[in-house]
Amino acid sequence: MSAIWLLLAIAAPMIAAAGAIPFLGRHRVQVTAGVAGSLVQTVAAVMLLRQVAGGRFVVIQAGDWPAPFGISLVADQFAALVLVAGAVAGLAAIAFAAMSVEVDRSRHGYFVFTNVLLAAVATAFLTGDLFNLYVAFEVMLIASFVLLSLGQSRRQARGAAVYVTLNLIASAMFLTGAGLAYALTGTLNFADLAERVPQIESHALSLALALLLLTAFITKSAAFPFAAWLPASYHTPGTDVSALFSGLLTKVGVYAVARTVTLLFPDNEVVRNTVLAVAGLTMVVGVLGALAQYELRRLLAFHISSQVGYMLMGIGLMSPLALAGATFYMMQHMVTKTSLFLTAGFIERGAGTGRLARLGGLYRRDPAAAAVFLVAAFALAGIPPLAGFVAKFTLARAGIEAEAWLIVGVSLTVSLLTLLSMVKIWTEAFWKDEPAEFAWNAPARRFLLPAAGLALVSAGMGILGAPLVQMAIEAGNALATPAVYIDAVLGSGGGR
Amino acid sequence: MEALFAPVIGILFGCATYLLLQRSRGQAIIGLALLSSAANLFIFVAAGLGEGIAPLARAGEASPPPGASDPVPQALILTALVIGFGLLAFFITLSYRVYRLTGSDDLDAIADDEGAA
Repeated sequence: MSAIWLLLAIAAPMIAAAGAIPFLGRHRVQVTAGVAGSLVQTVAAVMLLRQVAGGRFVVIQAGDWPAPFGISLVADQFAALVLVAGAVAGLAAIAFAAMSVEVDRSRHGYFVFTNVLLAAVATAFLTGDLFNLYVAFEVMLIASFVLLSLGQSRRQARGAAVYVTLNLIASAMFLTGAGLAYALTGTLNFADLAERVPQIESHALSLALALLLLTAFITKSAAFPFAAWLPASYHTPGTDVSALFSGLLTKVGVYAVARTVTLLFPDNEVVRNTVLAVAGLTMVVGVLGALAQYELRRLLAFHISSQVGYMLMGIGLMSPLALAGATFYMMQHMVTKTSLFLTAGFIERGAGTGRLARLGGLYRRDPAAAAVFLVAAFALAGIPPLAGFVAKFTLARAGIEAEAWLIVGVSLTVSLLTLLSMVKIWTEAFWKDEPAEFAWNAPARRFLLPAAGLALVSAGMGILGAPLVQMAIEAGNALATPAVYIDAVLGSGGGR
Repeated sequence: MEALFAPVIGILFGCATYLLLQRSRGQAIIGLALLSSAANLFIFVAAGLGEGIAPLARAGEASPPPGASDPVPQALILTALVIGFGLLAFFITLSYRVYRLTGSDDLDAIADDEGAA
């Protein structure tokens, strides 16, 4: 029965989604199914993490087909850690949605598609097969398409059109890359690919494969130079949707980059340097974009892109410590960013707008919201002792050990700019005097709870997070030695 | 055969890129359709175009005869085609709605205005 948690992490939201479809007209059923699917997934993710703690693997060979021929589902510490963080962030976003989503959107399948999205994200984290990863991406895309375009505004339709176009192009690239991988190696299983890709004789073809896959994944993680779709679309739907997306979607792209680079191209200098260059440029361009923004969610959206740069930096450096830093960064980012978006949702609910010029004096109006925002914002900027600091410190140390001065310098400078941009929100929305036309309809306190819960988790990850950091370090070690992964998948035969 | 298909796929990718770079949504739709066709053809050819021996093992034998075609790429294409078709249908619907809501099929002409929300 050891595989039950791995299966539940994927199946629970899927079953909740399918089960809710016949009851689309009944709001209460929709909400209950939505929350239940997400809750079971969170529990399963935590149990899975306990199973793989200490470097164990849980491997399922679908249909009992032995490893390179069937589809493998693989949970290692890296996958389980990001899965837990993602499930927790997803649960908070859905809890917020359960209160804020109006009957009309739930009747059109809002909660069905959030659960499909959660199932697809879990599949992407747990699959051991390149083509299965493609399918997970597509399921995630179609769910996010629907969530993004449920609604009537012109602005939203425009944002969705940009998002859909860019992501479909990236999918076609991914598909071409998967085809090329099969043509060159005759396999699609990650562990098998890890053995065969380094043996590809033609350097040009192996580089082409790397670049096709990386371009697709980098587009999906909203990294430079393919980041424009994210700030163009994330602020347009309801805040419940932006919050869900902000925590989950780009991180699946980053996860795919991490798996591809560490398993398929561990010794390829060109690939690593490309990832590092992309990382640095993403950080800088994202944060500069954010500094120019004066609307809450748009500003936060630019920061997602900037933060993705830090995760890519850890992957590009490739040392065990750097990969541990990237893992911890992904986890804390999912939690912190979702919290910030949910706070933004709370503010927009009360003030009716997210434009900084029209906000003000929130510190006096709602000290609790101000506190929640401060904790998450400081965590994002990396102020000790919060989670963001632990993550950035690990990355910086790994960079210094690798003597990669340029990227370390860039990352520290961008940290300062991130703080500056958080201070801008603070002074504009919370600190300055209320503008003349400002009207505050205090939302019910419960709307702040999901954001507050995540801010607490984020603070806890920093202050009491030593066991998590330890696990991230073990995950980093395992990522840096692909042989462990290959053994666990190909050596396991069937069952466990 | 591969030598014949390679330029065809190249031209398809080229046309798709050209169409996607246009401002009109209509052209983007055709561009995406071409792009996914090109990717599917690529998989088909990349696995090698054989003599057309079915990958079936005779009774009593452990494996199909040598030179049999590889069924995996065909299964991949089948999956990718279905997904691609669904996504394209969604894309067309969405583009139509953007047109209905905004009266234009040029994204750059539609201001990302704040007040409309």
